[in-house]
Order: sequence, then structure tokens, then C-alpha cells
Amino acid sequence: MAKFKKKNNVSQGIPTSSMPDVVFMLLFFFMVTTEMRKTTVEVKQSIPKATQLRKLLRKGLVANLYIGEPTKSDEFGKEPKIQADDVFIDTKDIVRWVNAQRDNLDELERDQLTVALKVDVDAKRGIISDVETELRKANARKLLYSALEDRTLKN
Amino acid sequence: MARTTPEIPNASMADIAFLLLTFFLVTTTIPNNRGLSIALPPPPEAKPPEDVKIQERNMFKIQLNSSDALLVEGEPREDIRGLKDEIKAFVLNNGKDPGSSDNPDKAIVSFKTDRGTTHKRFIELLDIIQGAYYDIYAEQAGVTNEKFREAASDLTVTENKAIYDKGRAGIPLNISIADPTKVGN
Repeated sequence: MAKFKKKNNVSQGIPTSSMPDVVFMLLFFFMVTTEMRKTTVEVKQSIPKATQLRKLLRKGLVANLYIGEPTKSDEFGKEPKIQADDVFIDTKDIVRWVNAQRDNLDELERDQLTVALKVDVDAKRGIISDVETELRKANARKLLYSALEDRTLKN
Repeated sequence: MARTTPEIPNASMADIAFLLLTFFLVTTTIPNNRGLSIALPPPPEAKPPEDVKIQERNMFKIQLNSSDALLVEGEPREDIRGLKDEIKAFVLNNGKDPGSSDNPDKAIVSFKTDRGTTHKRFIELLDIIQGAYYDIYAEQAGVTNEKFREAASDLTVTENKAIYDKGRAGIPLNISIADPTKVGN
């Protein structure tokens, strides 16, 4: 019988001394890229997909309008609603809302305000065109239909 | 000198870091600042009641009804695959085909929907129309479609402005999105 010597002094654990470094690296990544949500979106938001996207570079010049069926449909009904900041607004309030958004900007940049319409795929054109008419009245004519990159439809 | 250095226990550091990491992982949202960009027409009342006659040949009509069915130049259409090339051919016709546009300056793509058309279908078609125009611009500027759109996003850079102006020269983005008709809601 051969003799097997038991080696006692070989450690078998995974070295964990670098784990904090790895975790900190991930932590810093998320800390830098994160962005706190300013508004709680209370409407359904399944954003349509498209290929010909343009990017808005200056985030400060963008005002978001969310349109879709309310998530609390037993309270607010099933009809699509317009949400601006944290409240539902009527189409007739849009002009006032646009002016309030403009007031937040620098005087030189007021005409560069872009309205980003984040519209649910199931919303109808009717409500969106009502919003557009109001935006035209408010002279906020730069518009962006929010969409996601569609990689399956490329060419 | 054998002096014992006081040490801070760092075994729990990883735990703390994990906790913070989990917090940021959960709260983070990737911002989406991308989409289809359009310019709305001037305010309704500011526009003079003009009655501009647009020749039939200079209009490329695309219509969507309340059940999302498509009508291209008066013909029902199921398959939208060839549509982009048709729009390109229409805009760049330059009077060759008497049934198509006179020149890119006069050519108008008219896009009409119904109040009951879904946003999904609207974006799908708008994407095709804009894609046709961006393809034309990119080709004229000698860059790829992606590069052209990227350049168009930031016109403060001189280089981008040059690409944009070269691409757009003589070909305005004539997409007319008409007020929707009232069948659905």
C-alpha cells in the first residue's frame, strides 16, 4: 500500500481580499451613470421601436410629456391621459405648462426647448394630435417622439 | 522597534459596498433621450389662410385609418417593405417619370392618420418616411445614415454642420403630417 501524505498546508479558499475592490468599481460605475427619477410615471409606458433615431444632447432643454393609459386604471379610468411632471394635465393646460418650462431655462435658450413625447404604443393619434395642436399654440415646435432602437429592423 | 499599528477592521467593507451597490443598481434608470424628431408647423392662427395648389404629382400620399390599415397613393397596402425605396424614388424623380415629383424641393410626402390610429403604427410609418429622407441626405453628404443622424444631433460642431448642410442642400424635409380625421377616437 502506498502511503498518501495528507497535505495540510494547502489553502483551498478563493482569495477574497480583492472583492471589495471589484465591488467598489461596480459601485462607482453605477454611481456615475445613475440618474434619479424626478417624476413617478403614472401611465403605461411601453415605448415604440424605430430605427431612424436622433439623440437629444442637451438634457436641460428637454421637457417630458408622458401619454398613456393610467396604471391605476380603477381610479383614473382606461382613457389615455397626459402626465406632466407629477400630475395629470388637460390638453388646455399645455400652453401654461410649456411657458412654465420655458421660465426654467436661460433667457437665451428659451426658444430651444424640445418637448419629448413619451407615448405608449397603444395610445391613439387623437389625443397626441390634440397635444400637438396645443404645442403649436404655445410655439413649442421642436418635438421628439421618444422611441427605442430597433435592432431587428435594420435595413 | 516593534510597534503594533492600529488597524481598522475591513472585513465588513465588502458588505457595505455591496449594500450601496445594490441601492444604485435598483434605483438606476438608463435615460432614453432618443426618438424621432420632427418640427411642428407654425401656430394655427398665425398661418394665413393660404390656398396653395399642390400638383397631384408632387404629393406622395400615405394614409392610415382607424384600424391601422395602410393606403399608399390611394392603393391599399399590406407589405411595407418596399415603401422606403418608393419614397426615395419619388423624391429624387426630378421630372423623369411624369407621374412622380418635379424636383425634391416641390416633392411632399403627405402623411395622414385617423384619430383612432395607434401610436405604434404611426411611429412605424414615420420611421420609414424619415428613413427615406435620411438615406437621401446621407448619400448626398457621402456618409452613412447613422453618421448623418449623429451629425444632425449636434450642429454646434463645425464638421457636423458641414455634413448636415451638404446632405440637406436642395432637398427640404417635406413631411406633412396632416390633422387626423375623426372616425375612431
